[in-house]
Amino acid sequence: MKRPLFALVAFACIGGLTVLAQQQPPAGSPPASAPQPPQQQTSVRTRLFDETNGTPPKIAIAPFIAVSSDAETTAAARTIADVLYDDLGYEREFYMIGKDAIATVPKLTSFDDVAMQPWKEIGADGLIVGSIGKAPSGVIVRLKLIQVRTGQMLLGKEYSGSIGNPRQYAHTAADEIHLQQVGLRGIARTKIAFATDRDGERKGARDLKEIYFMDYDGANARRVTTSTNSNIAPSWSPDGQSLTYSAWRATGQFGTFQDVIVSWIYKGLREYPAKGSPDKQSYLPAYSPDGTKIAFTLSVGGNQEIYVMNTDGSGMRRLTNHPDIDTSPTWSPSGTQIAWVSGRSGNPNVYVMNADGTGTRKLTNESWADRPTWSREPFNEIAFAARTGPGFDIKIYRFSDGQSTKITDGIGSNESPAFSANGRHIAFVSTRNGKEQIYTIDRDGTHLRQITREGRNTFPNWSQ
Amino acid sequence: MRQTQFAVIAVLVMALGAGACGKKKPPVARPMPPPSASGTTTTAPPPAPPTPVPDTTPIPPEPRITDDPLVSGDLDIINKISPFQPVFFPLDSFEVDGTAQQALSTNAALLKKYPSWVITIEGHCDERGTAEYNLALGEKRALAAKTYLVSLGIPADRLRTVSYGKEFPFDPGHDEGAWSKNRRAHFVVTSK
Repeated sequence: MKRPLFALVAFACIGGLTVLAQQQPPAGSPPASAPQPPQQQTSVRTRLFDETNGTPPKIAIAPFIAVSSDAETTAAARTIADVLYDDLGYEREFYMIGKDAIATVPKLTSFDDVAMQPWKEIGADGLIVGSIGKAPSGVIVRLKLIQVRTGQMLLGKEYSGSIGNPRQYAHTAADEIHLQQVGLRGIARTKIAFATDRDGERKGARDLKEIYFMDYDGANARRVTTSTNSNIAPSWSPDGQSLTYSAWRATGQFGTFQDVIVSWIYKGLREYPAKGSPDKQSYLPAYSPDGTKIAFTLSVGGNQEIYVMNTDGSGMRRLTNHPDIDTSPTWSPSGTQIAWVSGRSGNPNVYVMNADGTGTRKLTNESWADRPTWSREPFNEIAFAARTGPGFDIKIYRFSDGQSTKITDGIGSNESPAFSANGRHIAFVSTRNGKEQIYTIDRDGTHLRQITREGRNTFPNWSQ
Repeated sequence: MRQTQFAVIAVLVMALGAGACGKKKPPVARPMPPPSASGTTTTAPPPAPPTPVPDTTPIPPEPRITDDPLVSGDLDIINKISPFQPVFFPLDSFEVDGTAQQALSTNAALLKKYPSWVITIEGHCDERGTAEYNLALGEKRALAAKTYLVSLGIPADRLRTVSYGKEFPFDPGHDEGAWSKNRRAHFVVTSK
């Protein structure tokens, strides 16, 4: 009954292409047949930007061709094109030509023989053509990016794998197109871990939370924990293979403790590097950027301090030493500094120190600030939640001038921000539509979108 | 084990009641009183005096039997009764004010009455703080309640503390009425 963990998903990863076995495979399902490594048909350095003087190139995605006409393949063809449209639009590097305009172009029947004239007429600079067909091992997905003016192929890809999660082909292609055309680290294949009570599990009158993760766009939610207590505050390892999080553990007469747990999500293994005890509580862990350490809050006798330990619990070391609250640690992208929250000035505010505990410095001056998250270059910003009225808003602190800018709008309460790996987007929790849900927003405060809807969803953390 | 003991007692009480009815005497065995607000027990109203019947020697009622569920009940029953008074806190604060001290004094008396109990003091917060910092704030609240109980002579090893931050609000509302109920130390018996 009490399986150590979930065995929910079997992954096969080869050559950077990850193919899901199924969307919601039953526990213990066999792994997907190993996909072939993606074959790069061509490597061209031409960029659409070279001809648009820096304005976003206009991209059209032709409806993907279903080589076999069965319903599954047809549906997968539609999904890949739709998701690719969303993924490419998400980074706002391209102007995505609307589906109405694309519908005026005669339907493609051949992947190899594509007439450019109709695409010129709707103003496309770049055209993405794709196909999906059944193969003995699953499916083969082909796609190419064509410069419309010349008809030259700028990028060509052929992926093979399972048909179980066609979205993954689109995410992979979007990341590769962004990398090749813009030099951008795309986030289409990243995941957001979070805590949710969506399964309706309760203890008495209390709604228990479990750790889940989902694609960056909210699709493909998968459950990680199965326990009879609440689990919160997940943090990804840099390789995306494990999560550290905190959970309550009720022991009867010895009390209830918070433990820091590390879970290797694809292996079903779980370890307890920092267990609670009658006078110790461990919570809010954060993986270091190199994956070797965990910063967390350890409360001994009720005094919370920031500690760092190796992921197996060895080498534990205290970094702060103050009778007021110290909590919510996060690492700088280089791993050389830690931002955290301290109540030592009378109100919770964000501080920063070197990773060895020296060089403490106060960053924010809010009536209540919490949950710093630190983006990498070129941005190097710290987002946090700040009390701005009855509720909280997400603010971004800039090291350049020491100022913070509010990026949410005061609707509901907005807290628990987490940067995407490229520093362009922030996942956070908002009550703007009632119950706590996870949203993403760009760092300039635009492009808000809700990505959870079921139950209450909190503590988002974005994978690298 | 405890449930079994409780069931046996319940059956005995029911048997007493059935026997009394058979003899057509006034009912004697009373059902377990409902939990009272103060959490103390056995304060059911006295039976109505029998209507005087002339020319008959009144039969004295049989002695009432009461059962202290805080003694005989298992932990689930005790915590359903929830005999301890919650301690409430101001916004952003873990200060034990005068009202809180009164509640803690009442709780200390109960802990002295039931000296085998070990309790867990849960610290809770309202939704106007952030989820992360509230975990620490709730811990400070639980600890403040514990410290005060220790100052009243309760051994520290009978008092566990844990924080749930704002994870488990007692009142799901979004106004001060709800928030003031959710900023609390809540007491649970974890061993007896």
